[in-house]
Amino acid sequence: MTTLRLTLISIILCGFLYVPAILVFGKTVVPEKANGSLVMNTDGKIVGSRLIAQNFTSERYFHPRPSACDYNAQAASGSNLSPTNPALTTRAQGIIETYQADAKHPIPADLVTASGSGLDPHITRAAAEFQMDHIAAARGLDAQTIRALLPSGPIVNVLEINLALDQAKR
Amino acid sequence: MNPLLYSIAFVLIVGALAWPLSAWLTWTLKTDRLDPLLTPLLGKDTKKSSGWKNYFLSLLGFNATLFIITWLVLANQQHLPLNPDGMKSVPWHLVFNTTVSFVTNTNLQHYSGEATFSYLSQLTLMWLQFTSAATGIAALAALARGLSGNRDFGNFIHDTARVLILFLLPLSTLWALIYVCAGVPMTFEGSAAATTLEGATQMIARGPVAAFLAIKQLGTNGGGFFGPNSTHPFENPNFVSNLISMIAIPIIPMACVRTFGAILGKPRHAQVIGAVMLAFLLIKVTVTVIPESAATAAFQHLPVAAAANLEGKELRFGAATGPLWAVLTTSTSNGSVGAMHDSLNPLSLLGPFSGLWLNSTFGGVGVGMINFFLFMILAVFVAGLMVGRTPEYLGKKVEAREMGLAAAAFIVHPLLILSGTALFAMTPMGASTIHNAGPRGFSEILYEFSSAAANNGSGLEGLGDATIPWNVATGIVMLLGRFLPIILPLAIAGSLAAKPRVAESSGTLQTDTTTFGLMVFAVILFLGALTFFPVALLGPVLEHLSVIH
Repeated sequence: MTTLRLTLISIILCGFLYVPAILVFGKTVVPEKANGSLVMNTDGKIVGSRLIAQNFTSERYFHPRPSACDYNAQAASGSNLSPTNPALTTRAQGIIETYQADAKHPIPADLVTASGSGLDPHITRAAAEFQMDHIAAARGLDAQTIRALLPSGPIVNVLEINLALDQAKR
Repeated sequence: MNPLLYSIAFVLIVGALAWPLSAWLTWTLKTDRLDPLLTPLLGKDTKKSSGWKNYFLSLLGFNATLFIITWLVLANQQHLPLNPDGMKSVPWHLVFNTTVSFVTNTNLQHYSGEATFSYLSQLTLMWLQFTSAATGIAALAALARGLSGNRDFGNFIHDTARVLILFLLPLSTLWALIYVCAGVPMTFEGSAAATTLEGATQMIARGPVAAFLAIKQLGTNGGGFFGPNSTHPFENPNFVSNLISMIAIPIIPMACVRTFGAILGKPRHAQVIGAVMLAFLLIKVTVTVIPESAATAAFQHLPVAAAANLEGKELRFGAATGPLWAVLTTSTSNGSVGAMHDSLNPLSLLGPFSGLWLNSTFGGVGVGMINFFLFMILAVFVAGLMVGRTPEYLGKKVEAREMGLAAAAFIVHPLLILSGTALFAMTPMGASTIHNAGPRGFSEILYEFSSAAANNGSGLEGLGDATIPWNVATGIVMLLGRFLPIILPLAIAGSLAAKPRVAESSGTLQTDTTTFGLMVFAVILFLGALTFFPVALLGPVLEHLSVIH
């Protein structure tokens, strides 16, 4: 009987006290974060989460790191490829071809490696600078305008920088 | 900052933080303050003390109850509330594996949370992360009481209630609040539908993650809300969440050591134990951080800018996180991951593997210290052989009965790991499920059994382990790997408690000396190496040698 009582008390404490307490705190103090750091456009439509990578294929945007789950935010996953797996080399070769990198302009490592979650929202600053000229040409902007949009610090949030690009156009 | 120096400094700082935490934990296990509240709720029986057998039976009964309730919830989730994303029914073998996994504090996950379980199922699993951690701490308290010469091992229900209410819940609340502020979601709404800048639809899974996450890290559970665990941006959004996660992983196992000494009344003994554990942890950190700083072998001849191995890693945590986290999580039976272990460099796997194999430096909450106790019994036995005296531990003679139990307890872990690995590596049950060919594939199988037996829960996740053989086999291994290493040490303590105290002589191996520490260190090192050296060669070492130039 004491076992059942302890079971019941632990359910009440964990499920009906602890969880609601954290929920109420989150929803009142930091509602935007508690809901998943969603980003709205000017029309109030959700365009993504600032924490979650989304796919970009257009030449007008910065591209994120490769994703083993194809940016599926309902089935996140890494590649789980071992560093000795030839598939890792093959995948990198394909990406290097797309970006036309060569020994003189080596591609930053984060652009040829998939993150653990497949949803890494960031690229390195070096990876952003590596893509900059291409995007500038596609948008008819000069590279300095784009460089000015890059945040300080070693990593760049891809969704945020692309939103900034779209606003810079206007 | 140099990743190795950073990692070592980090470990030492957390060790210092564990000191005051341990005082809190010890107080929790000794205080009567809650009794006016608990006695009416739980009944008068909780004031009754018991011998080790009753204590263990009570522990088993509670865990069996949790098992049944969780099984019922997981197996029927499609009919139950809190399922906004319409999760479907789950096959019996996955329900079995998952329920065992969370009851045993393992949290091996043969599923992706965001694609498999409803919020109710997830919260039920969260509840088990509380109860299994409390169970481990209670078991340690009982062991320490028995070893202090007391025939009264305490009361399991009373201990568990106190640990939950006075220790785990307040601590988890603090962590959860920090997580929410750092950006971890806390909502019961289903997936958010986003229209991306390029016009595609992206469904973004979320949920009551922050509440789940806190106890996952603090209770050496490690079960992720999402498939990729703490590499997922919603489980680990930034540097702050990463830092408090890495503090949470080892801090309670570290605190358990001093608490063990406090209940025993032998603080200096606990200091020696802590020093030995810390030495092992720092060795593992060193041998993992260094090889993981090397670039990945796959890009050797490609125009890729020089960098550490970034496959399976997130950029927002900084370079040292992957290998340091990998060691902390395997050394403490936590099992959450901050980088994908299957994409670590071959030699970087040796540190995490050692953590799983030794499973006692520092080990899981409560149970890590219990595992270490077994090594101490083996050490006094070996020391006794060396000087030709009957071994003693804490003033009690360690004789044939205790050694038989200790040897049985010691053998469980390698037996489960090695026989399971052999069986699955030889048959399609394992061989057809590997993701990377060759030695890494062998490592995937070896890691899965090591993780299940150590009640760790991390994995080389390329392994296709959502099969009936994997679910059943690792389920059984997790159960044996949890409850045998609790009952056998309690039996030893019960046996020792019944003996008269012998006077210390010049031949006694004092448990609070450097000699004792070195002796235990050597015993762990040699026994561990003798047992697992061959498989370490076949997996990580062979893989490394296959690509050197």
